[in-house]
Amino acid sequence: MKKYILHRVMLSVLILFCVTFLIYAMLRCLPASYVENMAMQLAMKPGAKPYEEWLTQLNASYGLDRPVLPGYLIWLKDAVRGSFGDSWKYTVPVLQKFRETIWLSFAMGAISFLLELLIAVPLGVIAATKQYSRSDYAITAGALIGISLPTFFFATILKLVFSVKLGWFDLYGLVGREYAQLDPAGKFFDMAAHLVLPIATLVIVSVGFLMRYTRTNMLEVLNADYIRTARAKGLSEKKVIRIHAFRNTLIPLVTVIGGSLPGLFAGALITETLFSIPGIGYTSYQAMLIGDIPFSMFYMTFLAVLTLAGNLLSDILYAVVDPRVRIA
Amino acid sequence: MNGPEENRGVSRMTIPLDSAGREPETLLAVEELKKYFPLKSGLLGRETGCVRAVDGVTFHLQQGQTMGMVGESGCGKTTVGRTILRLNGEKSAGRVLFQGREVYDLDRQALRSLRTEMQMIFQDPFSSLSPRLPVGEIIGEAVREHHLVPKEEYSDYIDQIMENCGLQPYCKERYPHEFSGGQRQRICIARALALHPRFVVCDEPVSALDVSIQAQIINLLKELQEKYQLAYLFISHDLSVVEHISDTVGVMYLGSLVEYGQKKDVFQNPLHPYTRALFSAIPVPDPKIRKKRILLEGSIPSPANPPQGCKFHTRCAWCMEVCRKEIPLRTEAEPGHFVVCHRYGGAL
Repeated sequence: MKKYILHRVMLSVLILFCVTFLIYAMLRCLPASYVENMAMQLAMKPGAKPYEEWLTQLNASYGLDRPVLPGYLIWLKDAVRGSFGDSWKYTVPVLQKFRETIWLSFAMGAISFLLELLIAVPLGVIAATKQYSRSDYAITAGALIGISLPTFFFATILKLVFSVKLGWFDLYGLVGREYAQLDPAGKFFDMAAHLVLPIATLVIVSVGFLMRYTRTNMLEVLNADYIRTARAKGLSEKKVIRIHAFRNTLIPLVTVIGGSLPGLFAGALITETLFSIPGIGYTSYQAMLIGDIPFSMFYMTFLAVLTLAGNLLSDILYAVVDPRVRIA
Repeated sequence: MNGPEENRGVSRMTIPLDSAGREPETLLAVEELKKYFPLKSGLLGRETGCVRAVDGVTFHLQQGQTMGMVGESGCGKTTVGRTILRLNGEKSAGRVLFQGREVYDLDRQALRSLRTEMQMIFQDPFSSLSPRLPVGEIIGEAVREHHLVPKEEYSDYIDQIMENCGLQPYCKERYPHEFSGGQRQRICIARALALHPRFVVCDEPVSALDVSIQAQIINLLKELQEKYQLAYLFISHDLSVVEHISDTVGVMYLGSLVEYGQKKDVFQNPLHPYTRALFSAIPVPDPKIRKKRILLEGSIPSPANPPQGCKFHTRCAWCMEVCRKEIPLRTEAEPGHFVVCHRYGGAL
């Protein structure tokens, strides 16, 4: 097992090198160049140097005068030492900005993930045990709607109903106008109220997948021979479902759930942006818009690490949960 | 409801006397059992027909005896076994009397307690054991559930059962995937027998095993039968195995029992054309003997759309005019030997 994990970690590091290089190359090729914009603005000031001169000067000072590969190697050299440079947009160290925003995203991710689990798993089990019944069709159709329709659609609908028509929540932002005057408890509830719609959006768009996944796996298990064995033993239906069927459904479920744990840190770029929640996703989105290479580089490397960690975690969990899988 | 007395009356002619000269008790009576599976199609899932998986099966089984059930694949053997144990939802018609009680009239609670008396050994020892439970738990779960033995004897009881079935008790903590096919089938047998059933449906218990293991398992089943006075419904497509283990034999074709009687009668004097064709395919371990094979033409018709009249007439070498039109009735051709064929004419 140790050997296997070591092997996988080393492989992940190798993949990470390739991924970061690709990201760096792509960022360098993007047309939205921070430096070009800046040079343009500076050149427009009265009595300033011409655009070309500004461009060469700025390129040199931001390290963009080097070709892609040497540029990447310099980034890499700093990155392995834990230094990701200063963000161009926020003019603070990238890691500082990251620390300021990540916990908000994590809280949102964790809460919505917990809600997803609480909704999706029981509903999936119900849909499977009552296959082709009305409740099954209702659950499946609901899941399909959640999966198929895009985030911005739901976010907009929720905003229309709950903010515009009913006026229960603010349209966007993390805190209300009177936030500064509130006592600590009031501050907490103000923030919580602002997070209701974003979290609802997150849950709606991702609960469907988990529900369908639970249903499919549960159905597969329910049709297995050993479920017939359990019934032939004269166990109560509750025990058949709980002990024999659900336990075996847990194997694929736990690996999927475990694999998505690291993703809780990734932030929800679209949802955060739609609701102007200053989490890591929204912050990165703004950085990317103006071509902030250090911040974008850091965020995408971070995402790559999370994805790799998720895959590794789900593979390890698979071995832990399923007695049949023992990795030498 | 028929009491056990009445059943005994029905089956009197078919029952041989046991060694002590007494008439053994009828444990299971299956009468005109039918099980149809609806075929659904279209968006709305309308019923457009049905598969007649079991279409008229009648036989009686005595305590401590084995009924062998043979037939080609897809003829409904497994469905008969499952339908008798009420593992397939509701039956479509007929009666299943276990110790004189209609199995399908029992409520949920009564059915659950009856489960201890009728057990099933499934065909595939690889998929019929839950991969997430250790073997001791697989065998013992239902024992605990039905409170068959006191708590303090539970562990010894499981050890005993495992030993009886040729498994080392120290394997209790292991998971099914750590065992070989033969061992897994022993686990299945131990699981079924742990409940002290009186009747066990053995659904092709050896067909997933290789030949050397087959013999072990069959001998184990026979030993256990003598020890516990078990009644078996032994479903198989292996005629030699059935000949070895059975007291009575039933031959199925397309959901119906076409011939049924004492093993000796059926094997030495097969009456139904299908039985004859089937038996002519038994290999003889002597290369000098040239057997005359009866070859059946065509394949088994669809049970969703069975032929009119006698179901076998499309492949029968002795097909007569009447066979195409009229469904033959069950006839007692000689005492205790039933056949469903126009050639033996007359109604029962």
